[in-house]
Amino acid sequence: MTEHQHPQESPSKASRFSGMVPGLIKGLATTARTLARPSHTVEYPDVKPYLPPRTRGVIALLEENCTNCMLCARECPDWCIYIDSHKETLPATTEGGRERQRNVLDRFAIDFSLCMYCGICIEVCPFDALHWSPEFEYAEFDMRDLLHEKSKLGQWMPTVPPPPALDPSSAEPQEITAANKPARTAPRGRS
Amino acid sequence: MNPVLDVVLRLVVLLLAFVVMSLVVGQTEHKVMAHMQGRLGPMYAGGYHGWAQLVADAVKFVQKEDVCPRDSDRWVFKLAPAVALSPYLVALAAIPFSATLVVADVGAGALFVLAAIAVGILGVLMAGWSSANKYSLLGGMRAAAQLLSYELPMVLSVASVALAAGTLSLTGIANAWHPLWLLWQLPGAFVFLTAAVAELKRGPFDMPVAEPEIVMGPLTEYSGLRFAFFMLSEYAGIVVMSLLFTVLFLGGWHGPFSDALGLGLVWTLLKSAVISVLIIWLRVSWPRLREDQLQRLAWLVLVPLALAQLALTAGWVVLSSQ
Repeated sequence: MTEHQHPQESPSKASRFSGMVPGLIKGLATTARTLARPSHTVEYPDVKPYLPPRTRGVIALLEENCTNCMLCARECPDWCIYIDSHKETLPATTEGGRERQRNVLDRFAIDFSLCMYCGICIEVCPFDALHWSPEFEYAEFDMRDLLHEKSKLGQWMPTVPPPPALDPSSAEPQEITAANKPARTAPRGRS
Repeated sequence: MNPVLDVVLRLVVLLLAFVVMSLVVGQTEHKVMAHMQGRLGPMYAGGYHGWAQLVADAVKFVQKEDVCPRDSDRWVFKLAPAVALSPYLVALAAIPFSATLVVADVGAGALFVLAAIAVGILGVLMAGWSSANKYSLLGGMRAAAQLLSYELPMVLSVASVALAAGTLSLTGIANAWHPLWLLWQLPGAFVFLTAAVAELKRGPFDMPVAEPEIVMGPLTEYSGLRFAFFMLSEYAGIVVMSLLFTVLFLGGWHGPFSDALGLGLVWTLLKSAVISVLIIWLRVSWPRLREDQLQRLAWLVLVPLALAQLALTAGWVVLSSQ
């Protein structure tokens, strides 16, 4: 500490200067070594970047899977999902049969100017209608153009990568664990 | 040949060489610096590895608005880039590229070139003073202090070479050069190169434009073509200093086959290219010195070293002439 308080009287002044020269040479060597090696730059518009399978680029919609359950819209922390639907009555398919009702999706839109890419909508969807796509090139000149309707969301569906294989050492999926569980037997002692 | 035509032709060639060499050094800096930092540097302008990047930059700078601050000293402000740039053009005229290839063969060439380069200080000082900006003024003051302190070791090291050669003519110095000079003029060469980098205000001696402290120093208020002139003067400075170092300390156009095949010009350019890359390399590798460290280096290391070199050279000359 005294060296820093009294730099003029420091006994290690000579050693500080002698430490400077190797430092300077080290700096030169570092830059020369970097010069000799290939650069790290990915020339993006010409070369597509490598994106890992779980990249959060954009949210794609598989419309056929959507049941208009509104879970995603309700769970969304910043309310950026818009869903409109109406009921339709289907005529009976057989003579004397009952008429069926079903929900028809009119509008499904995600406002990506609000979306914070938390992925809760995807987690919460019980029918796998929403998926992460690594697609990221959807910038717009106007913020309002980032509200994408279901037609646009559906176009991203082909870019969704297949789910990565399970890790060999991972636990078994919940369904399999449940199926493999032995059937419950009546507890002993009580009959 | 018609003397007027001769002068015009020489000036045109000089101007072309000045601009082309400066741009080549600038482009080299872009690319070398980028690769030293693991980047690619310019890749698109001109098609092949961005060779036309600086031309594109120039086109852009021409289109920009030439801003002149309201409180600035208008004429001084506008004149400063020219004062910073033109001394290097004048200096280049007196530097020989080969035994015969020199635009203006000045008798005391070394003196002339040093005097011309020293005028460049004025340009930076004018820019700092006239900008009506405290950062500019600080930068200008730093530049003036730095250039004045490093002028002395530089002149002393040149004096040593001139003494060894027995002439102030640059052609004469290069002709008197001997490979042994690499050894016994080494301290002088070190002093000259260090002082040259400091004169160019380049890293690690770029305190006048230290951006974390004083924005861009004297260049803060400049825009458009005038800013481009300052940038060009930096690259032109590297060209002139490398050529001067080559002629003074590396024997200029002397090298294998230089006389037989007329390769003198190639040798000069090759040697100065190596020095230019070295100057760029230093900038990329080393951190900026502090203002007091800068002055300490000049007065406590370089000046005594240059004086010792001068004494050594003088002793050698006296002993060898007896």
